[in-house]
Amino acid sequence: MSEFTYLFRGGAAPGSPELTQQRMQKWVAWMKELGQNGHLKDPGRPLDSDGKVVKGHAKTVTDGPYAETKDIVGGYLVIEAKDLDQAAEIAKGCPIFEAGGLVEIRPIMKMDM
Amino acid sequence: MELDEHLFRRESGRIVATLARIFGMHNLALAEDVAQDAFCRALEVWKFRGVPDNPSAWLMAAAKNRALDILRRERTALTYAPAFGRLFESEWTLAPVVEEQFGANMIKDSELRMMFTCCHPKLPEEAQVALILNILCGFSAGEIARAFLSTKAAIEKRISRSKRILAGSKDLFEASDADFPARLTAVQRALYLLFSEGYHGVSNERAVRAELCKEAMRLTALLSEHAPTATPATYALAALMCFDAARLPSRVDGDGNLSSLFGQDRSRWDGQLIAEGQAFLDLAATGTQMTEYHLEAAIASAHSTAAHADGTNWDRIVEMYDMLMTIRPSAIVELNRAVAIAQLNGPERGLEAVRAIRDQDRLKSYPFYFAALGELESQSGRHVTALRHLQEAARLARNPMERRFFEQRINESGRHSAE
Repeated sequence: MSEFTYLFRGGAAPGSPELTQQRMQKWVAWMKELGQNGHLKDPGRPLDSDGKVVKGHAKTVTDGPYAETKDIVGGYLVIEAKDLDQAAEIAKGCPIFEAGGLVEIRPIMKMDM
Repeated sequence: MELDEHLFRRESGRIVATLARIFGMHNLALAEDVAQDAFCRALEVWKFRGVPDNPSAWLMAAAKNRALDILRRERTALTYAPAFGRLFESEWTLAPVVEEQFGANMIKDSELRMMFTCCHPKLPEEAQVALILNILCGFSAGEIARAFLSTKAAIEKRISRSKRILAGSKDLFEASDADFPARLTAVQRALYLLFSEGYHGVSNERAVRAELCKEAMRLTALLSEHAPTATPATYALAALMCFDAARLPSRVDGDGNLSSLFGQDRSRWDGQLIAEGQAFLDLAATGTQMTEYHLEAAIASAHSTAAHADGTNWDRIVEMYDMLMTIRPSAIVELNRAVAIAQLNGPERGLEAVRAIRDQDRLKSYPFYFAALGELESQSGRHVTALRHLQEAARLARNPMERRFFEQRINESGRHSAE
């Protein structure tokens, strides 16, 4: 088994309390399923949408990392899967796609020699 | 944990009412933003951590914390509800005052006041209903449009125009206001219309319509649980809703087809709701006030307590319709009265009563007017005339469920005329 990080990017906010609840319940169900299938290594954390970027030799501080809303990382988690293909397959169940967002899957590097 | 299916929607009304009371109606948009923030926060956090043990308390706390942030940060930039005067200016009073507003009883009180605020006399009834759905029931413009078979743009326009009128007074409505009795009447009427939209309305989506009925009952319960709003008229309205809601499960049969009062499986009527309706009706009888809700509830009660359609006390029902015609006359009431007369004295008398309806033109787009004519003509043996009326009803049907219902009657009637 190898470890992978899911980076969740983008996804439009739901338009009403009802839709927000439905979206939330889909996520909770998906996360639960990941756990039950033994894929959830670290349930991760959500990230706030504001932030700052420090850049360059001059160490300039600017607001926000983002080019566009759809690219903002909104959270991450760590899963366990056989390989990258399986990790991608598992990600297909994520409710983020209904909201127009995406999941970036990155293998966590094994730090042995 | 198992979450109430419409928790967010319901909490939305509680949060917005509470925040609008704190921020003032002129800052309603800010209150709505804060509520929306609380839901987005819940979405993000619960996603990763699961639903908390007490989701309502979590959402309320999120809204309260955000409100406190705003009140501290924008202390001088914004003016808030005059009712709180300068209490928000000092930290000593700010936190306890806001804390108090988020107490369970205060939240209910704010919901009540918001209901009264929404029923502003300058607003037409349909705008009041839309506002109640939007602000107190958490329906978006799109969701309201779906329930009323309207467009999202039209509902958005109606809501935003209405909100500008409400912003005219900064504080929520006060029960001590001289306008209170008139406003209470308007609130009862709006809840009645909301319930009717769910019960008789045009939307083909049963789930949506059942939700409208449930919301109307929830808000009516708020009225009946609080002394100044728990009047005989409120109890009568609550009774009417219970009796009607008790029949909801059998109005549509297992195949999703509409079933008339005469054809319903009465064993599926909800006995507990009927008993609750009866208890409300008893409470409504205290006092001298006789409203249209009393009469409609009495009619609904007569139906609910009859084991079958033939055993119904039609005598009493006709009498109630006669009284209803003096209190709140309408072509629909007259039509229902005619149907009851037909049950009591035969179809020919019923047809006479239909022909005597004063405002008959108002019924010419109402499919059940032609359906009633069709039934009565058919019972009188004039099957060709009956068929013509039923076809007109089918043509006017407002959704596929109604259309199927009328088409089935046409088929049955067709069989008769062939005999």
